[in-house]
Amino acid sequence: MTGDWLDIGWVDEIPVRGSRTVQVTGGDDIAVFRTAEGKVFALRDRCPHKHGRLSQGIVHGGAVACPLHNWRISLSTGEALGEDKGCTPTVPVKIDAGRVLICRASTLKAAA
Amino acid sequence: MEHRPIKTDADTRDHLVVIGNGMAGCRAVEELLARDPARYRVTIFGAEPRVNYNRIMLSPVLAGEKSFDDIVINDADWYAANGIALVAGDPVVAIDRAARTVTTRGGATESYDRLLIATGSDPFIIPVPGKDLPGVIAFRDMDDVDTMLAAADAGGDAVVIGGGLLGLEAAHGLSLRGMKVTVIHLMPTLMERQLDEAAGWLLKQALEGRGQTILTGADTAEIVGNGKVEGVKLKDGTLIPASLVVMAVGIRPSVALARDAGLAVGRGIQVDDHMVTSDPAVLAVGECVEHDGQVYGLVAPLWDMCRSLADGLVEQPTGYRGSVTSTKLKVSGIDVFSAGDFSGGDGCEDIVLRDASRGVYKRVIVRDDRIVGAVLYGDTADGSWYFDLLKKQEDVSDLRDLLIFGQSFASGGGAADPKAAVAALSDDAEICGCNGVTKGQVVSCIAKGAHSLDAVRGTCKASASCGSCTGLVENLLALTLGDDVQAGPKTMCKCTSFGHDDVRREIVAQAMRSIPEVMQKLHWTTPDGCSSCRPALNYYLLCALPGDYVDDQQSRFVNERMHANIQKDGTYSVVPRMWGGLTNPTELRAIADVVEKFNAPMVKVTGGQRLDIFGIRKEDLPAVWADLNAAGMVSGHAYGKSLRTVKTCVGSEWCRFGTQDSTGLGVKIERMSWGSWMPHKFKIAVSGCPRNCAEATIKDFGIVCVDSGYELHVGGNGGIHVRATDLLCKVATEQEAMDYCAAFIQLYREEARYLERTAPWIERVGVDYVKARIADDRAGREALRARFLYAQSFSQDDPWAQRAEGAEREHHAPMARFTPQEGFLKEEIGA
Repeated sequence: MTGDWLDIGWVDEIPVRGSRTVQVTGGDDIAVFRTAEGKVFALRDRCPHKHGRLSQGIVHGGAVACPLHNWRISLSTGEALGEDKGCTPTVPVKIDAGRVLICRASTLKAAA
Repeated sequence: MEHRPIKTDADTRDHLVVIGNGMAGCRAVEELLARDPARYRVTIFGAEPRVNYNRIMLSPVLAGEKSFDDIVINDADWYAANGIALVAGDPVVAIDRAARTVTTRGGATESYDRLLIATGSDPFIIPVPGKDLPGVIAFRDMDDVDTMLAAADAGGDAVVIGGGLLGLEAAHGLSLRGMKVTVIHLMPTLMERQLDEAAGWLLKQALEGRGQTILTGADTAEIVGNGKVEGVKLKDGTLIPASLVVMAVGIRPSVALARDAGLAVGRGIQVDDHMVTSDPAVLAVGECVEHDGQVYGLVAPLWDMCRSLADGLVEQPTGYRGSVTSTKLKVSGIDVFSAGDFSGGDGCEDIVLRDASRGVYKRVIVRDDRIVGAVLYGDTADGSWYFDLLKKQEDVSDLRDLLIFGQSFASGGGAADPKAAVAALSDDAEICGCNGVTKGQVVSCIAKGAHSLDAVRGTCKASASCGSCTGLVENLLALTLGDDVQAGPKTMCKCTSFGHDDVRREIVAQAMRSIPEVMQKLHWTTPDGCSSCRPALNYYLLCALPGDYVDDQQSRFVNERMHANIQKDGTYSVVPRMWGGLTNPTELRAIADVVEKFNAPMVKVTGGQRLDIFGIRKEDLPAVWADLNAAGMVSGHAYGKSLRTVKTCVGSEWCRFGTQDSTGLGVKIERMSWGSWMPHKFKIAVSGCPRNCAEATIKDFGIVCVDSGYELHVGGNGGIHVRATDLLCKVATEQEAMDYCAAFIQLYREEARYLERTAPWIERVGVDYVKARIADDRAGREALRARFLYAQSFSQDDPWAQRAEGAEREHHAPMARFTPQEGFLKEEIGA
């Protein structure tokens, strides 16, 4: 696999309508989500509101509800939806032959 | 089929060699011939010993609806008539780009001026033991179909691994041919790449109705058999007998030849807009290519690719710009259509129509006034219309309100105003199909004083069953009353027009069994609900079907999914159960050890008479629980909408004022009721005398012991709005106190709305109602108690012990770890 992407595992390791994390030493975890339609997204695991772990929220449609105060965060853009304002950095993801790859550069930023 | 001698005489035209005699390769040649039939000398190499046939029609051949001859696209005469040399059955195994030659398996070498790679894709075979046994096949070519037909003649059981488009078509064909078919699908939703959960559920119901067994969420462990396939074993241990196993889990672009030749290959062979690879003399087309980061596994993009390829070959380049695809399942009698992007997301609006009685689900996804995706089940007549609007990127804002009803309705002139459309209906037009209510009846019921949706539902029953006519009834209210329409009771959430009570009543009345079923039958307006309705539906189903309903973990709030309380820094707090607030040296030692071993920064005595260990990391939870379990402790459910604590005072055993054994009774009640899921958290206390040291009169259920027996109190709350309990009644014995307690809990479980504590519930229904059900109605009380104890027989299974033994491992462990300086570590956990 090329050096720009990190192969983090099989798509099937992420529960549908759920998420898993990638632990980043010295920084925020990356939360990797899988929607009911089987799409995979990754965000910094940190709500723009009070830094709740988005990976622990309920995934519905294309959004996740933060477990701390129920902010809804878009999985594709990281933007807070509805009345709330704020944004969580997104991490580019691609799927290759059933494997999930996340962008190395964005992951490094999470560690910075 | 046949080896035609390759022309090597004095033909001076450029030689185009095509690797692949499938749909893409032949279509490309057809397109070229249409533009300039004389320009190139053409040779086609095919791996299969056959002429060119329509691969996507293999399913109808398997199903017996077509024969092989019906699906031939170009017969031998076509090759001859166009001077094309066909080498069938001797595949190309190497490309020498420097020498511009290809070599076949048989050793023949042919030189080219332009080379076209159209190798298509290979079926993906999951790497499980037994995958190479005779009787295990893919579903890719005519040979596979022949194998399946032979197996079907012998009868018996077949297993299809993969519930995608291809797998379901294979299953359908085998089922029609008389085999007993089981479909094993890893994902919870069939065809999850094309369908959303709601449509997938309908499809599953329909296939099961046709006698197929559909196992979703099923993971294949191995294929078993001695010398030939005999069955498939799942990771949960289930063994399914089979004399034929069809693997249809997916396809991969066939790129080996191109990669060996040193061409740029990503997921597929990389091509530009003119289908030219990294070598200008080599082109590629079809499922084997990657264009602009996309690979395609469907037939429609092929046509566009071949068009631009041929334009380039005759030096009139146009360029391919990618394709939007749509899918139809070729299973007769089951209509499924999907197109575009249906994952939703920012700025996307879902328009959903569900018609439970006709088994119809339609969902159109709109972004910036343009259709971006559509999923249709049961009624796909408008699929092509939606797909057309989607491809043309047409502005649909004028059609918005009527779009979902389809082309004929939405385009029916002047109908752009739904209110006008309703106004135009005659008085005897049917509004509510479920209850047979006409427009005239609804209007007269509104005129007689039903000024809200709820009032209409309550009087003439319109919109009271499935809810699909809610919009019509609301329009009639607005037309008849103008601004005087009264808002009804709050709906459950924005996904439905029904309130909690309606949803619950219908779940029981219609014996619904799953969240997707509820959403379909009650016409949810979103595809998979939201974080408000999903946990509520999960609870209602759990309560209605004890021991039967499979809890949906993804519909639970984090604390209930993790069996611990999330804290603001993302760590968890852990509270083991201390029965009645009692503990002992073994338990205290185990807690102390856990605190030290896992560096928990704080331990706190809770208001509910137990110990709370703070700062435990998600990954450490299973190990913490294992240690606590070893000392005999179980989950305290301090995180759940469930029984929390039973607080006690020391009672008659020690206290000079104590009248009864309040501690002992508290322990017995906690043993009876722990582990039960409720609409909200539930606290109990038992005080040994009216001094009430256990604060029983601000609990959901409180017992105050007196000389002559036990006073039972209900509906107390110590939160934001302090509420003292109402006295339910007084009983004489400990057993009665326990029985009434069980009956009260069950009444609350069955009738309160999700997230409604006992205090607001009792304020809403009145304490007299609760007295009538619990204190006055002996038979009713006993039935409630029995239902509670029955439900408890399934719920008193310590979730901590299950997790400590490895259940739901993926909730706790990270998928991978990354350390910038040291690099990257992928842990193989719970694949």
